[in-house]
Amino acid sequence: MKTTLKITVVLVMLFTIVSCNKKTRRNYQYMPNMYQPVGYEPYQESDAFKGDMEAQLPVEGTIPRGYSLYEIEDTTEGYEEAKAGLESPLDSSAVDFARGKELYDIYCGICHGNKGDGQGTLMKREKILGVPSYDTRELTEGSIYHVIYYGLNSMGSYANFMSEEERWQVVAYVEKLKADLEK
Amino acid sequence: MKHVIYRNLTSNILRLGLILLLTFSTTVLAQDGDPAKGKTLFNTHCAACHKLDKAMTGPALRNVEARLSEDEGLDRDWLYAWIKNNSALINAGDAYANKIKDYDASAMNSFSFLSNEDIDNVLAYTAFVPEPTPGGGDDTPIVVPEPGISNEIILGALALLFALLAMALVLVNRTLKRFADAKGIAVAESEKGIPIWKAFVQNQFLVLVTSIALLLASGYFVYGYFMQVGVDQGYEPVQPIHYSHRIHAGDNKIDCKYCHSSARVSKTSGIPSLNVCMNCHKTISEVAPETLAEGQEYGVDYNAEIQKLYDAVGWDGRAYTGETSPVKWIRIHNLPDFAYFNHSQHVSVAGIECQTCHGPVEEMEIMYQHAPLTMGWCINCHRETNVKVKDNAYYTKIHEQLSKKYGVEQLTAAQMGGLECGKCHY
Repeated sequence: MKTTLKITVVLVMLFTIVSCNKKTRRNYQYMPNMYQPVGYEPYQESDAFKGDMEAQLPVEGTIPRGYSLYEIEDTTEGYEEAKAGLESPLDSSAVDFARGKELYDIYCGICHGNKGDGQGTLMKREKILGVPSYDTRELTEGSIYHVIYYGLNSMGSYANFMSEEERWQVVAYVEKLKADLEK
Repeated sequence: MKHVIYRNLTSNILRLGLILLLTFSTTVLAQDGDPAKGKTLFNTHCAACHKLDKAMTGPALRNVEARLSEDEGLDRDWLYAWIKNNSALINAGDAYANKIKDYDASAMNSFSFLSNEDIDNVLAYTAFVPEPTPGGGDDTPIVVPEPGISNEIILGALALLFALLAMALVLVNRTLKRFADAKGIAVAESEKGIPIWKAFVQNQFLVLVTSIALLLASGYFVYGYFMQVGVDQGYEPVQPIHYSHRIHAGDNKIDCKYCHSSARVSKTSGIPSLNVCMNCHKTISEVAPETLAEGQEYGVDYNAEIQKLYDAVGWDGRAYTGETSPVKWIRIHNLPDFAYFNHSQHVSVAGIECQTCHGPVEEMEIMYQHAPLTMGWCINCHRETNVKVKDNAYYTKIHEQLSKKYGVEQLTAAQMGGLECGKCHY
C-alpha cells in the first residue's frame, strides 16, 4: 500500500511539472521588471491612448516628418488630373531599377506578375482575378503614382507600404515593364 | 496503346448540348459563345470589379443578358455598346445607361479592344450553368484517405495484450497454488539472505559513489531548468484571428515583407494593420473548397476567420461601415528591454532571410517561436556570419583596415564589432 502511495505522489509531481510547460503560455522570467520596458512598446495596449492602443494615426491636419502632402483627391477627376499633370520628382540619375524591382516584386508582383503581364501567383492560383497586363492599359507616371497611393477598384492603397521616394522608384520600374511588354 | 475514356466524350457532348439549349432558351437573339474562353476573358478583364453572384465595385453578372432583356428590354447590341464604350453611351443620352452610371463612384473602363465575339464568349460564361451531376456522375468525389492504423492504436493494443498476459499469469499462479494446497504439497521456500538494500547500505564505497552520481545528475537537471527560465522557444499562443502563414507565405508565396513592410526600414517588423489584409480580402471573402477542407485537419473554419477580419475592420461586403474594433494580437517574439535589436539592420543591410531567425514560417499553420532568442544564440550567429560588404560604400574603408588587421578575406559580424556589449546593451 505504501509503495502505491509513493508511486502516485511521484507521478502527480511529474505531471504537475510537465503540465506547467504549456506551449500557449510564456515561460517564467527571473526579474520581469528587467525584461519589461518602462516606455511604451510598439502596438502596446495602454489606456494612455485613444482606443487603448499605442498604434495611432497621425493627428488630423499633420503629417509625419519626412513626408510631403499629396493633395490630389481620390476621385475619378483626381485620377485624370494626376494622369495628365503629375510628374516624378526623380531625375534619370536617381532612378534605381534594382531597388524598384525589389520593391515591385514584393508588393506588386504577387498580383501583377513580376513581368507586369497580370500573371502573378495569386492570379494564377485564381485567388484574385481581373488583373490586367500593363500593355493593355494607358498609363502615365502620374496615373501609376495615383493608383499606388489610393488604389483603384479592387486594388487597395499602397501608400503605407512604401515611402514617397520608394513609390516613385516603383513607378519608374512599372514604366520600364510596360515598355518591355510593348516591345 | 492509348486508353480512351468514353465517359468524358459523352459528358462533353452533353455539356455542349446543355450550353446550346441554355443559350437558345434564354434569348432568341443569342449567338452561342464559348463559356470556357469566356471564363478566361472574364477573369482577365471583368473580374477586377465584377463577380458572378456577388456585387463588388460593379454589380453581379450572372445571367446578365437574360435579366436585362426581361427587366429592361435591352438586347445584346446594347451590351456590346455599353461594354465597349460606356461613356459614349451615357453621353448619347441612353436612358438606362444614365440610370446605372452612378452605381459606384468609379466609372467602368472602356473595353473597346474586345470584339463582339469576345463579348459573346463572356456572356456565354455568365449564362453558363455547370452540368448538374446526378448521383455523383463523372465527378470524382473528394476522397478523404482513410487514416492508416496510427501508432497510438498499436501501442494501446500492445498494452492491453500485456495487461491480459499479466492477469493470466497471476490467475495461473493462484490456481497452481490452490492445487498445491489441495494436494498438501508444501512449496519449498527459498532461503532468506540479506536483503539487497541492507547490503547496499553496508557498502560505504557504493553509497558514496551513488550519492555523487545522484548529486551530479540532479545538478545537471537543475542547471538545465534554470537556464531555460525566460526562454520562450516554442511559444505558440492562440491568436484572436487564426492566421495561417502556411497558406499566405507558403501556398500563395506572398513575400514576408508584403505584410511586414516595416521590417525593411524600422526597428520592428510590424504587425500588419487590417488595411493590409483588406488589400486582398476585399475580394477574397471565402476560401477555395480545397483550402476549406485542409482547414478541417486543423479544426479551423477559414471562412469564419475571414468574417472575424471583416467584423474587426467594419466591412459589409461592399463598403466600410466605420465601426471598427482593434484585434488584440498576442506578441510572440519579444526581446527583453535591456537588449536592442533592429530589424532593418538585419533585413535590409545584412540581407538575412527572415527564416534564419523565425524558422520555416511558410510551413507554420500556427505561428510559434522558432529560435531561443538568447544571447548565446545571437553571438553564435555573429561569429559565423560574414558581413555583406559588397555594393555597400559604408563598409569599404573599415573592411579594408580590419581585414588587414585580422588577416582574413571576409570579416564576420563579430570581427566588425558584433560582440561589443554596447552594441546591444546600453
